[in-house]
Amino acid sequence: MIIEGFIALYIFMLAAFTGYEIISKVPVILHTPLMSGSNFVHGIVLVGTMVALGHATTPLEQAIGFVAVVLAAGNAVGGYVVTERMLEMFKTSKKDDKKGDNA
Amino acid sequence: MSLIINLAYFAAAVLFIVGLKQMSSPTTARPGIIWAGVGMVIATLVTFVHPEVSGGVNYTLIILGIVIGGGLAWWSGKKVAMTDMPQMIALYNGMGGGAAAGIGAIYLLQATPETVSNTGLAIAVTGSLIGSVAFSGSLVAYAKLEGLMKKTFTFGGQQIVNIAIFAITVILGFMLATGGGEIGSATLLLFFVLSLAFGILMTLPIGGADMPVVISLYNALTGLAVGLKGIVLDNPALMIAGIVVGAAGTLLTQLMAKAMNRPIKNILFSQFGSSSGGAEEEIEGTMKEIQANDAGIMMAYAEKVIIVPGYGMAVAQAQHKIWEFTQLLQKRGVDVKFAIHPVAGRMPGHMNVLLAEAGVPYDIIFDLDEINEEFKTADVAMVIGANDVVNPVARTNPDSPIYGMPILNADQAHNVICVKRGKGAGFSGIENHLFYADNNQMLYGDGQKVAAELVASVKALG
Repeated sequence: MIIEGFIALYIFMLAAFTGYEIISKVPVILHTPLMSGSNFVHGIVLVGTMVALGHATTPLEQAIGFVAVVLAAGNAVGGYVVTERMLEMFKTSKKDDKKGDNA
Repeated sequence: MSLIINLAYFAAAVLFIVGLKQMSSPTTARPGIIWAGVGMVIATLVTFVHPEVSGGVNYTLIILGIVIGGGLAWWSGKKVAMTDMPQMIALYNGMGGGAAAGIGAIYLLQATPETVSNTGLAIAVTGSLIGSVAFSGSLVAYAKLEGLMKKTFTFGGQQIVNIAIFAITVILGFMLATGGGEIGSATLLLFFVLSLAFGILMTLPIGGADMPVVISLYNALTGLAVGLKGIVLDNPALMIAGIVVGAAGTLLTQLMAKAMNRPIKNILFSQFGSSSGGAEEEIEGTMKEIQANDAGIMMAYAEKVIIVPGYGMAVAQAQHKIWEFTQLLQKRGVDVKFAIHPVAGRMPGHMNVLLAEAGVPYDIIFDLDEINEEFKTADVAMVIGANDVVNPVARTNPDSPIYGMPILNADQAHNVICVKRGKGAGFSGIENHLFYADNNQMLYGDGQKVAAELVASVKALG
């Protein structure tokens, strides 16, 4: 155990404030890509499913773990691809980005 | 080795936060997602040498799972049209929730009185419940937006059934968490079945118009579930990334719900329009029709035109033609602006993505707050593919289900042109009083065809 009891609670609290702060300054025009981007970030669950499957011992655990890895990989890769596609389009109209500054 | 793994997870957590931060400005958004992607790759790679990962079969399954899941998602993500983005986000989000629930299932299956604490069990159970609800709920949201499922599904006593199922699920979860690691497989199975059922039942009665808020809520829930799994698995990268998304998603959900004037509890616990009770007021006036040619000329000789695009424009793939039309008007010296309602498209910012795809620059696109006062001075407001977001009953009729929703005041422009495919009501099924207003003219036709005719009419002027 590297995260003991209250330390976990502190991490939880700080991470929650961080998430809140990051979003509060986002202009409306980026809400959809941002939702998609945050959707990608929780694709980190892939790491968790890999560990869970990695110490699976019974066929049932392996089956559940395998499905979980497939789902998590879908979350991470799909989230990245669609976010990147959306943000790529914003780049093309960069010459007029003054809206982003005064939003 | 453990040091390298921990450093890599630390780096991933930093990259995620930096990435999300950069995504908050249009100029740095793209590097932002790329940095977050780098973090994901680093975290995934080091997990292959994680001390808890062992067994040849397990390694094979891991690689196979990543290839299959990642491959399918890559393919579908590249293929999906921009208009279908919301349901795709719902789908990928649901997958994440399901994955978190899967981690919980394995943890609970492996739990023995020697290896777990009640706290650990309680966190695992909570995460599994949230993950399962996000999973099945997101899939229903996906099916609804994709048109695979009837828009709403209600039956008598629905809320009581939902509450009962939720209560039983919580009791089962409590039994699992306080059993000290003695997990009955029947209890466990029933717990997951009911969690999934609750996610479905909770989402079924919610109408399509409220779906963006619901997807955003499930996005936040998945984040929370992932964060809780991070505590269970003792993995700070999962914890931080999950909780950051959980908090960010919660705020985003509130922002969306506020923009739609639909308190979150109303969305979740009452059906859209169920409170209106047929109190539709009599509509005065008649709908007048205008031809594309006349509409085009009217705008060509206007000083100021505001275009209000909606999801219907995107469905008709008219945004490119509209931009071409806009450029023609600009060449003639017309001041053209785009007015975007917070829920234009299917979620906040969706319409901006669609206009960006067509090449419309940011500086002529305005939010509701920025432009609403300007409609009074506009010669023409052209509403294309939008309906509820310009419906004046939101201001005037307290009995309307959309009463109080902030709307674009297109009705205050000197002339209004509503481009519409047919005469039906909007997404929410509410009659639009703007269509009957004296200063309004209807331009019927497919969005793309109409836009092409508008372009032609202005070109014909020379």
